[in-house]
Amino acid sequence: MIELKNAAYNYGGRDLLSGLSLKLSPGSFHFLTGPSGAGKTTFLKLCYMELQATAGQVNVFGKDVTTLSRDEIAKTRSRIGVVHQECKFLDHLPLTANVCLPLTATGREVNPDDLRDLLAWVGLDGHADSLPPQLSGGERQRAALARAVIMAPDIILADEPTGNVDWEMSQRLLRLLVELNKMGKTIMIATHDLNLIRAAKNQVNSRVLRISNHKLQLAGADL
Amino acid sequence: MNAFLSRIRALFDGDRASHSVVPPSGYTANLTVFTAAAMSFLAVFAIALSVATDRLADHWAGELARTATVRISAPADQVAAQTQAALRVLETTPGVAEARAFEAEEQMALLTPWFGPDLPVETLPIPQLIEVVEDEQGLDAEGLKLRLAAEVPGAIFDDHTRWRRPLVAAASRLQTLGLVSIVIIAGATAAMITLAANSALAANAQIIGVLRLVGARDIFIARAFVRRFTFRAFAGGVLGAVLATIALLFLPNTEEAGGFLTGLSFVGWNWLLPLAVPFLAGFVAYAATRFAALRVLKGLT
Ligand SMILES: Nc1ncnc2c1ncn2[C@@H]1O[C@H](COP(=O)(O)OP(=O)(O)O)[C@@H](O)[C@H]1O
Ligand SMILES: [Mg+2]
Repeated sequence: MIELKNAAYNYGGRDLLSGLSLKLSPGSFHFLTGPSGAGKTTFLKLCYMELQATAGQVNVFGKDVTTLSRDEIAKTRSRIGVVHQECKFLDHLPLTANVCLPLTATGREVNPDDLRDLLAWVGLDGHADSLPPQLSGGERQRAALARAVIMAPDIILADEPTGNVDWEMSQRLLRLLVELNKMGKTIMIATHDLNLIRAAKNQVNSRVLRISNHKLQLAGADL
Repeated sequence: MNAFLSRIRALFDGDRASHSVVPPSGYTANLTVFTAAAMSFLAVFAIALSVATDRLADHWAGELARTATVRISAPADQVAAQTQAALRVLETTPGVAEARAFEAEEQMALLTPWFGPDLPVETLPIPQLIEVVEDEQGLDAEGLKLRLAAEVPGAIFDDHTRWRRPLVAAASRLQTLGLVSIVIIAGATAAMITLAANSALAANAQIIGVLRLVGARDIFIARAFVRRFTFRAFAGGVLGAVLATIALLFLPNTEEAGGFLTGLSFVGWNWLLPLAVPFLAGFVAYAATRFAALRVLKGLT
C-alpha cells in the first residue's frame, strides 16, 4: 500500500531521515516510535504526501508520488485517513460539518445514519453541533479520528493520537484503532508512549518501528 | 464555451458546500462590494461619454458633409440682383452639387426661435441666405471667396467646415478616451479584486491547509473564493450601475434647452448598455479571483 525505497528527507540541512525502506502491507498494524524530534511526524508526512522525499522513492498505492499531479494527490489522500498531531479543524463549522468535510470537499453525499453511527462510535453523539474550539483535547482527537475514517479509507495514519489525553481516553482511542484494524484497515500510529504500545500487545498483532540515528529499524519483541 | 458555461453553472448551484467552508467576512466583503459599485458607477459614465461623443461626432460630421452658406447683405433694392449673381457664380463653381436661395418663409422659420413669430421680416434688412451643398470632391473655399468678392460685393461665404473639423476630431478623441477609460476601470477592478482575494486567501491559509489534507482538489477550494468575489462584484456592479443610470436620467435635457449639444446621456437602445456593467464586473472578479486562488494553491503541498 505504501512503500518506501531507500527514501531520505531533510529540511534543508543534513538528512533528518535517510535510507528509509519499508513496505506497509494491507491489514497490518504498525507503531512508529522514537524520541520527540526524531522525525515521526516527518515520516508520516512522507506517507501522506505532504512532503516529498529528497532522495529515494515513495510509492503510494503502487504509484511513485513524484509522478502524481496535484489533483491525483488530492484523490489519493481521500484513501488515506490521517489523524494529525495538532488536530486542525474549521473552527467556524460545527463538529458534524467538520467530520463530513472529506465527503463534502470531494462532492460526495453524507448519509445521516452513517454519520450518527460514526459519532456514536467515537462517543461524540452529544456534541454534533459543538464548534471545535468548545471541545476538550480527547474529544478533538476522537473527532479527528471520525473525520479520518468517514471516507472508509484503506490506510489510517495517526500522529500521536493520544498526545494530550489521559490514560483512560488513550485506551479508548487505541481500542477504536484496533477495531478498525480488525475491519481490515492498515494502521500506523506514531507515538512516543511505550505504555500504549505495551497495552496494544494483547489486543492486536502489531509491529513496532523505531526511528533512531535517522534510520528506521524494526524494534525487537521486547520493549 | 461549454466548459465555461458549466463553470458558471457550478458557481451558481454546485457547491453550497464549498461556499460554507470559508467563514464569512463582513468587513472586507463590504469593501469589495463598495469597490465594485464605485468602479461600475464610473464605467457607466465612461460608456455614456463614449456613446455621446460618438453621436456628437456623427452629427457634426454629417453637417460638415452637408452644407455651407452664402450670405447676401446688400441694400434692399440690390438683394435680388446680387442673389442671382451669386447663384450664377455657384453654379459654375466646381465642387458645388447644389445651390439654392432660401424662401422668405424658410428664413422666417429659422429666425422664429430667436425673435418670436410676430417679427415683420419683410421690413427688416435681413440678409438673404443661399444654401450650398458640396459634392464628393468638396469645393475650393478660398477660390470661391475670391470670385464672390469680385462679382458679388455683398456676398460672404460661410465655410462651416473650418470650425467644425477640429470639433469632429475632438469628439472622436473624446470617444477614444472614453473607451480607454472603460479598459482602465476594468483593469483597476481586476487589480483590486486580486488584492482582496489574496488577502482572503492569506487570512484563510489554515482552512486551505485543512481542506487540502482531507483530499479537496484545488478547484473546490478556489471555487469557495471565486464564488464569493464574483457575487460581491456583481452586487456592487448592480448598485453602481443603477445609481449612475439614475444620475444620467436626471441630467437636464439639452435637447429641450434648444441647442445642438447632445449632452452626456443615452438615447434609445443605449439605455441598455448599463445592464452589461454588472456582468462585466462579475466576470472581471471571477477571472481575477480564479487566477489568484489557483496561483496561491499551486504553492502549497
Ligand atoms: N517545517 C520544518 N522546517 C524545518 N525543520 C523542521 C520542520 N518540521 C520539523 N522540523 C524539524 O525536524 C525534526 C523532526 O520533527 P518531527 O518530524 O516533527 O519529529 P517528531 O514528530 O518525531 O517529534 C525536528 O528537529 C524539527 O525541529
Ligand atoms: Mg510529531
